[in-house]
Amino acid sequence: MRLGIISDVHANAPALEASLAALAGLKVDRLVILGDVVGYGPDPEPVTQRIAGLVTQGAICLMGNHDAAAVGAKASMNDGAAAAIAWTKPRLSESSRGFLSGLPMTAMLEDMLFVHADASNPADWIYVLDAATAMQSLLAVKARVTFVGHVHRPQVYCLTATAKVIAHTPTTNTAVPLSPQRQWLAVAGAVGQPRDGNPAASFLTYDTGSRELTFHRATYDYEATAQRVRDAGLPERLAERLISGT
Amino acid sequence: MAKTRLETGAVLDGFTIGELIHRGGMASLWEVTREGDPTSCLMKIPVLQEGEDPAAIVSFEMEQMIMPRLKGPHVPRHIANGDFAVQPYIVMERLTGETLLPQIDHVPMPAEKVAAIGAGLADAVEALHRQGVIHLDIKPSNIMFRPTGETVLIDYGLAHHRDLPDLLQEEFRVPYGTAPYMAPEQVMGIRSDPRSDIFAIGCLMYFFATGVRPFGDPQKFKGLKKRLWRDPVPPRKLRPDIPPWFQEIVLRCLEVKAGRRYPTPAQLAHDLRNPTQVQLTARAGKLEKDGFFAVLKRKGEPHRTLIDKPLEREAEASDAPIVAAAVNLDDMTPELAGKIRRTLQRILERSPEARLAVLNVLKLNRIAMDQSLDDEGNNKHVARLVGLKDWTRPMKVAQGRVTYHVLEAIDPADKILDYARVNNVDHIVMGARANSTMRRILGSVSGKVAMEAPCTVTVVRVRGAEE
Repeated sequence: MRLGIISDVHANAPALEASLAALAGLKVDRLVILGDVVGYGPDPEPVTQRIAGLVTQGAICLMGNHDAAAVGAKASMNDGAAAAIAWTKPRLSESSRGFLSGLPMTAMLEDMLFVHADASNPADWIYVLDAATAMQSLLAVKARVTFVGHVHRPQVYCLTATAKVIAHTPTTNTAVPLSPQRQWLAVAGAVGQPRDGNPAASFLTYDTGSRELTFHRATYDYEATAQRVRDAGLPERLAERLISGT
Repeated sequence: MAKTRLETGAVLDGFTIGELIHRGGMASLWEVTREGDPTSCLMKIPVLQEGEDPAAIVSFEMEQMIMPRLKGPHVPRHIANGDFAVQPYIVMERLTGETLLPQIDHVPMPAEKVAAIGAGLADAVEALHRQGVIHLDIKPSNIMFRPTGETVLIDYGLAHHRDLPDLLQEEFRVPYGTAPYMAPEQVMGIRSDPRSDIFAIGCLMYFFATGVRPFGDPQKFKGLKKRLWRDPVPPRKLRPDIPPWFQEIVLRCLEVKAGRRYPTPAQLAHDLRNPTQVQLTARAGKLEKDGFFAVLKRKGEPHRTLIDKPLEREAEASDAPIVAAAVNLDDMTPELAGKIRRTLQRILERSPEARLAVLNVLKLNRIAMDQSLDDEGNNKHVARLVGLKDWTRPMKVAQGRVTYHVLEAIDPADKILDYARVNNVDHIVMGARANSTMRRILGSVSGKVAMEAPCTVTVVRVRGAEE
């Protein structure tokens, strides 16, 4: 089975559509969305409805911290993120709010675990930023492969037989084989707001048969989305970072 | 684990096990055949026992990851991997003949012969580096040859792949490699510098030319580290008949700081194949090891400062390209010459480690025996070399960065293409023939080169110069 895994769409409809089109070309069997459907971007309602539609067709979607905040959860966020949530809330329909509130914190499939942030305590929304936090996440789970989002920068971690963590920055379009004898953690990049210096939407595929993980990019008109962020009156920084990819 | 009993005649995943070829500490090698496949294959099976060094397992995993991703004549063709849950193995093409190891009974060898071995080896390492892989265990027993002459590198158990997680990176405290050939940075645990392989080639050439291993064969970490501050005896001290150019090349490969070695195996191979063009430095004339106080001073420094820092981004071959300028001395306007030189200068400025090879093809007469002396009795070859140097002079390229080559051929385009293939040239720069009537009659050399070259070709033309 080939999984298509996307994360941190952040209400960016053109980036989502570009990623879904690319994944269709890669012939994925099932889609997983690692949370943060909304927040930051100008299209919260259409993106939520699109993803809700995908879930009715069998996709798995998880709760992200921005999704929780948009439906009323108490959140500690920086000013830009909080302003975007305040802007997002009144723009979500009743059905979208219902969909976001019902998202699960984690999901399991075969030997895989899906979660938005650190798996050891998903509700704390801790970023898996380095080998130490990856270790904390890996030691807390039994799954052979854990997929997380939240960080917006692609990374792969591996827990070795001697309990050390190896970090690997993946190369786009180059398959990484995940040997079955050890535990792995893959941090998906962001579809709607990449922060690794490349503004193109980032997502990945995982082939459960060959155990190969491949990161992909799909470009879209990010300048147009940035303009719509400005037109919506959202913070300028949120527009800039779509163009710089940082 | 359902283990198949490994013995001659057993069948494993469709492979019939033949004779045991070799049983080593890390793995055993079996000849295997597959129905419908007439080629003879080799099955490598790791030694996995309770209490076994975990490095043996990790190293086999790495080899299973890297080998299927390699291609070309310088690596054994990968055929299949066996699942760790059942029986791990790697099936690959079986190469005939011996490794380079038995040749150590015949050292010291003449420098010219060692240079030829070194150049072939550097070609193989270049091919590997271009695929993002650093071998990190280059030694005679890991080197084989195809009947067609290409050097083949075997055993990828310690290799590092730029695009794959390096399972050996963090796993073990002791450095992995083979003591006599290990680069100083490798001793210090750095596994991501391609120039570690250049150090190993230098060790091998030193050993083959002198009969002595430059750093001995230390068995303990303390002994391994000594190469960070203690320089080897200059080869010419051991064997006075070794030419200075050879010592220059070998000692450059053995520089402690990777940044002082050849930036790429392609540049090393180029020097090994063009001994008369090697820029000699103090290395060539050195006849004694560094003095007591210099060594003592180095030994007292923090070891991390003796080696170069790991590269931020793993170097790609294109950062140190070999640029070939094909210069036609007989048919070039000053405008075109100026424009070609400016093009070259821009390339050299962008890539500070680039090497420039200036070529001229001396056209041979197709029918009559060519005479190498002109009417005045001057050697044409030497005259062309002088002409090439004069042509290049306005660019003010640092000595040692540029070499000059007069090639002889009936078809200049074929010769330039051949040169580019043999020397791993990355970029050919040449002028278009100015006179379009001439081009119509004689055909376009640059057109043929651009069409068939294995690398980038820039054809320089002066706008408005067409007749």
